[in-house]
Amino acid sequence: MSKKADFVKFDKVDKSYDGKVLVVKDLNLDIEEGEFVTMLGPSGSGKTTCLMMLAGFETPTNGEIFLDNNPISNIPPHKRGIGMVFQNYALFPHMTVFENLAFPLKVRKMSQEDIEKKVDKALSMVSLGGFANRMPGQLSGGQQQRVAVARALVFDPAVVLMDEPLGALDKNLRESMQYEIKHIHESIGVTVVYVTHDQGEALTMSNRIAVFNDGKVQQLSSPDKLYEEPVNSFVAEFIGENNTFGGEVSEISNGTCKVKLEKGEIIANPISVKSVGEKTTVSIRPERALINPKDKMDNNQKGKIEEVIYHGDHTRVRLNLLGNSEFILKVPNSSQNLDIKLGNEINIGWNSHDARALDPK
Amino acid sequence: MSSETGKILTTDGIPLEESLKQAEKKNKIKAFLLVAPLLLFLIITYMIPIGDMFSRSIDDKMVTYMLPKTYKAMENWDGKELPSEEVFEAFYLDYKILVKNKTAGKLQTQLNYEKNGFKSVLKKLARKQKKFEEGNYKEQIMKVHKRWRNVEYWRAIKRRAPSYTYSKYLKGIDMYSNEDGKIVQVSEDRRIHRILWIRTVEVAFFVTLFCFLMAYPIAHLLATLPMKYSNLLMICVLLPFWTSLLVRTASWMILLQQQGIVNDFFVWTGLVADDNRPEMMYNKTGTYVAMTQILLPFMVLPLYSVMKTISPSLMRAGKSLGATPTVAFFKVYFPLTIPGIGAGCLLVFILAIGYYITPALVGGASGTLISNQIAYHMKSTLDWSFASAMGLMLLTGVLAIYWIYNKLVGVDNIKLG
Repeated sequence: MSKKADFVKFDKVDKSYDGKVLVVKDLNLDIEEGEFVTMLGPSGSGKTTCLMMLAGFETPTNGEIFLDNNPISNIPPHKRGIGMVFQNYALFPHMTVFENLAFPLKVRKMSQEDIEKKVDKALSMVSLGGFANRMPGQLSGGQQQRVAVARALVFDPAVVLMDEPLGALDKNLRESMQYEIKHIHESIGVTVVYVTHDQGEALTMSNRIAVFNDGKVQQLSSPDKLYEEPVNSFVAEFIGENNTFGGEVSEISNGTCKVKLEKGEIIANPISVKSVGEKTTVSIRPERALINPKDKMDNNQKGKIEEVIYHGDHTRVRLNLLGNSEFILKVPNSSQNLDIKLGNEINIGWNSHDARALDPK
Repeated sequence: MSSETGKILTTDGIPLEESLKQAEKKNKIKAFLLVAPLLLFLIITYMIPIGDMFSRSIDDKMVTYMLPKTYKAMENWDGKELPSEEVFEAFYLDYKILVKNKTAGKLQTQLNYEKNGFKSVLKKLARKQKKFEEGNYKEQIMKVHKRWRNVEYWRAIKRRAPSYTYSKYLKGIDMYSNEDGKIVQVSEDRRIHRILWIRTVEVAFFVTLFCFLMAYPIAHLLATLPMKYSNLLMICVLLPFWTSLLVRTASWMILLQQQGIVNDFFVWTGLVADDNRPEMMYNKTGTYVAMTQILLPFMVLPLYSVMKTISPSLMRAGKSLGATPTVAFFKVYFPLTIPGIGAGCLLVFILAIGYYITPALVGGASGTLISNQIAYHMKSTLDWSFASAMGLMLLTGVLAIYWIYNKLVGVDNIKLG
């Protein structure tokens, strides 16, 4: 059985609430069957609206959404067969955990025996075997979250939507739940569309991430590509840490370009610049710039250490480099430590490949 | 150290419990002082009047005090035959004092309640007793009117001997204790109170039902509309609340009367003929309409406050799990609003059961309730003890409803806001 590449398909979808502002602009998005796709973006970027359109609680102003090649805009939510995990769990407070899970099965008129079997299975999947008779109010946040996940999965939906489900949990619990959800996804192979504004969460869990900003998908790619090869300065800013230089392209040839800054010049990788004279923002990941590089690197600069912050596993060093006093380095704390002291001048080097010349901010 | 003594000590060596008690003493006194004014207010304006009401409703000392010698003499009388000369003499002496003090009228009224026709007999006795000679009072009194020879009248006097009576309560449910001391129903044409009780409960029940049916959608709308519109709607709900009750009732009178706006509208639309306008006022219809409108906010507000707390994502969750909107409503939304429904219904029912002004103004004869009867006895017949008895019966009924509600739903589940 081959997996459909466009199991869920947004086709030129626009959405406006007031007829004046487009919340979602010309959204085209294909989601493969069994894939874990995350919609990531700052609040107000349109990601939750997209999810609500898929769930059926909002209708697209223009365009069509297809589920398994069927247009679904005119299908009411309860007939779409899409499971959903809500931000605040939305467990029914007057029902026990068992009744909560049995709810989607009961409305589908399953036999009592099947219901019990399925609920048991779903509860053991989220390791809440003995909690069937508890009320949601008696559970901790993490347990409620698991019940919500189990409830969204118990009726074997084709697609499960998750709307910032881990937002209310504390950091440690959030991390362990991320792995748990990821494992559940891997073991049952359901298609998951996940919405979050937490990039760490997105990077950990997803097969692919769609970065939303301003109602548009800025980039749709796998987590590593998104981090290593952002296609524009918004994505570079939004995902991970980032050192930037604003400048102007002075020379462009053979897959490299020279960017003239206010003070000095750097060699960069032209991603979205085409011609000389264009304004650009050069983005370098903190871990790609090295102190006293042994190998030959085509960018070598001197910087002055302005701040040193100890982080346990690594040390953050803030430098003043080429007029940018916010240049951050991440230095692993190994035994052969370098001479990092406040006020020292050090040599910094990086490959032009890692300095991506993107659109100007 | 602490384990040796079995008591936990503070660092200063004082037992922990004692130390805690002392630390909390101040707070307790403060808390008590804060509620003291309210407590005092409640005792003065609520507990004492209710106590007074209760004592009034069972009080029957008036006759006892007016005929002290008679009742003393009657102690040995078995009530089968006419009493002895001793009793007649005592009664004569008691009555003489009453006539002298010009308080005989009260006794006449009271004994007439007990036995019809007593008043005229007593009045005649009051006139004749001035010429009575000393001795053999039995003969002299029996000569005044032949009814004095009827043992029934003496029994009636004897029945009023105890200083406490529950006869007012019996009267409230159309019963009385007859000459033989048996509790029986009054004759059919005089049974008015039971009809009133049933009608009161019926009106309160239907008003509660109508209020619920109308308030539920309003409250739902209030809770789900955006702030801009919900504030406006809230003002619409509360506006009648801020208007005087009398004004609202009067405006219903204008609307509902036979030449009123509603009837005009019916005639204009051709629903009814001009010469056959339905009576919507001075009957139960008027009471229903006006009371429902007046009590509506009491249902809307508790419902609203509960609905406000229900997250809209719950209905969405229900739908996303495959329930049709109707099923999601009845399985998810409705059960969560029960605390509000309980609070609203209890509030409206209790208010409706004791409602007075509206039924008095628009109820007419067939739309008046038990409270109107109470008011009637307070103001017109001046039978305060009977009014008190009925008031207490009403209070007991309300407490019973509250108790049943507590058993069924649990008062802790009530949410008023």
